[in-house]
Amino acid sequence: MKRIYLLFFSLTISLFALTAQASENQKTNAANDEEFDPTAVIMHHISDAHDWHLWDKVDKETGEKRGVSIPLPVIVWYNGQLDVFMSSAFHHGEQTVIKGANEYALYHNKIYVAENGAINFDENHHPTNPQPLDFSITKNVASMMFSALLLLAVFIPMGRKYKKGGKVPSGLQGFMEPIILFIKEDIAQPNIGEHKYQRFLPYLITVFFFIWFNNMLGLIPFFPGGANLTGNIAVTFTLAAITMIITNVSGNKSYWKHVFATPGVPVWLAPIMIPVELIGILSKPFALMIRLFANITAGHIIVLSLISLIFIFKTIWIAPVSIAFVLFMDVLELLVALLQAYIFTLLSALFIGLAVQEHH
Amino acid sequence: MDLVTPAIGLVFWSVLIFLILLFLLYKFAWKPILGAVNDRNQSIEEALAAADRAKEEMVKLQANNEVVLKEARAERDQILKEARDLKDKTVEEARVAAKQEADLIIKSAKEAIANEKRAAINEMKDEMANLSVLIAEKILEKELGDKEGQKALIESLLKQTNIN
Repeated sequence: MKRIYLLFFSLTISLFALTAQASENQKTNAANDEEFDPTAVIMHHISDAHDWHLWDKVDKETGEKRGVSIPLPVIVWYNGQLDVFMSSAFHHGEQTVIKGANEYALYHNKIYVAENGAINFDENHHPTNPQPLDFSITKNVASMMFSALLLLAVFIPMGRKYKKGGKVPSGLQGFMEPIILFIKEDIAQPNIGEHKYQRFLPYLITVFFFIWFNNMLGLIPFFPGGANLTGNIAVTFTLAAITMIITNVSGNKSYWKHVFATPGVPVWLAPIMIPVELIGILSKPFALMIRLFANITAGHIIVLSLISLIFIFKTIWIAPVSIAFVLFMDVLELLVALLQAYIFTLLSALFIGLAVQEHH
Repeated sequence: MDLVTPAIGLVFWSVLIFLILLFLLYKFAWKPILGAVNDRNQSIEEALAAADRAKEEMVKLQANNEVVLKEARAERDQILKEARDLKDKTVEEARVAAKQEADLIIKSAKEAIANEKRAAINEMKDEMANLSVLIAEKILEKELGDKEGQKALIESLLKQTNIN
């Protein structure tokens, strides 16, 4: 079984590599003598993208730098029309793509509806063109799919092993089982309660490993890692929203009573208390969302800044310093990756626990 | 601002992928893993309980053994005592019986001796009577010539015979 998974992964990766080779002959805008702009580079790296950049290659004949990247599917909805095409059709933003009545352009990794093959800008150099509904498989989506497959590949064989009746954990099992038990016994049970925790345990374990695996994948600087997935506000928003929905759907009488008629508070204070409590409902998951997003994005920014130092100073002698600091940061980020997954899971359990507990 | 604006597409895919992942992991990983861990905990608890029970049983069994041993010892003592008593009794009885037998034998021997003695005495008396008569005849033959002498003899003879 293991071998089949391995084969599957290597096939997927080699397929990506092949398509990458196919799109190699696209030019990047950056010229060799262009002024290095760390902010642009860093923002580009921590933002989502429509292709998965692998490496740059200098053309021997023309001396031009070409980006080697994996094209990803673009799925857009505009004017009642669904268009699907590969992102390589944009040629790194150099060309627009015409699909029926719609014409799309790529600008700073965002898709706009182009007018006559061009994008209009306002005085702040922001595009004024409308944006289609973008459901593309972006770099982050592809990375998420990869991490989901990785999670399945790690845990489903493990589950099967347990089903077979192997009572003594071995190998990876021995490493993962204590973590699962830690989530069960030290996060779910004390925060949600002995009797109710079981319903929420699968979510908590899944969210923990999802965040942890994606944090770790984000630390790997090359394919198939490197996507700043858990540092993307959309992903942390989704996870926080799921926690919020679970919390409020499973909230019991005393939870809602606490929101709409806080015990011990005079009735005339209700007009103030109810909005405050409602803000509280939103602010808890909001904090979850911002905490994960900020921590992971900050880690990526620091690592990239340290590396940018080499290019800012334009000397190789700064490299040992950068490498030493990046090494330190990467090790710290390994801890942060685990810590943030733990904190997200712990706070989710805490919020759910507050909503389902019987008495104060 | 782009950095903190959730992209709708990514939200859509995140929800989709996460929910599918949650479902698959729940069904094929967490359920069997947590089930197996629960089973294992239960079996460990049961094994510990069984060990405790076995220990208690052992203690009980040991106590039981002691009681049985004590009883056996008491029984042995009892049996020994009874045997000793029986021996003593038997010896005593034998002694008493022997004594009785001996007494009986002695008694009968004594009786026999007495009888023999009496018979011997009687025989001697007869013999003596015969001798006396013989002597008397002889004397009488000699004495009876004289009247006075006759009388005195009879009287003395009478006196003598009264001794017996």
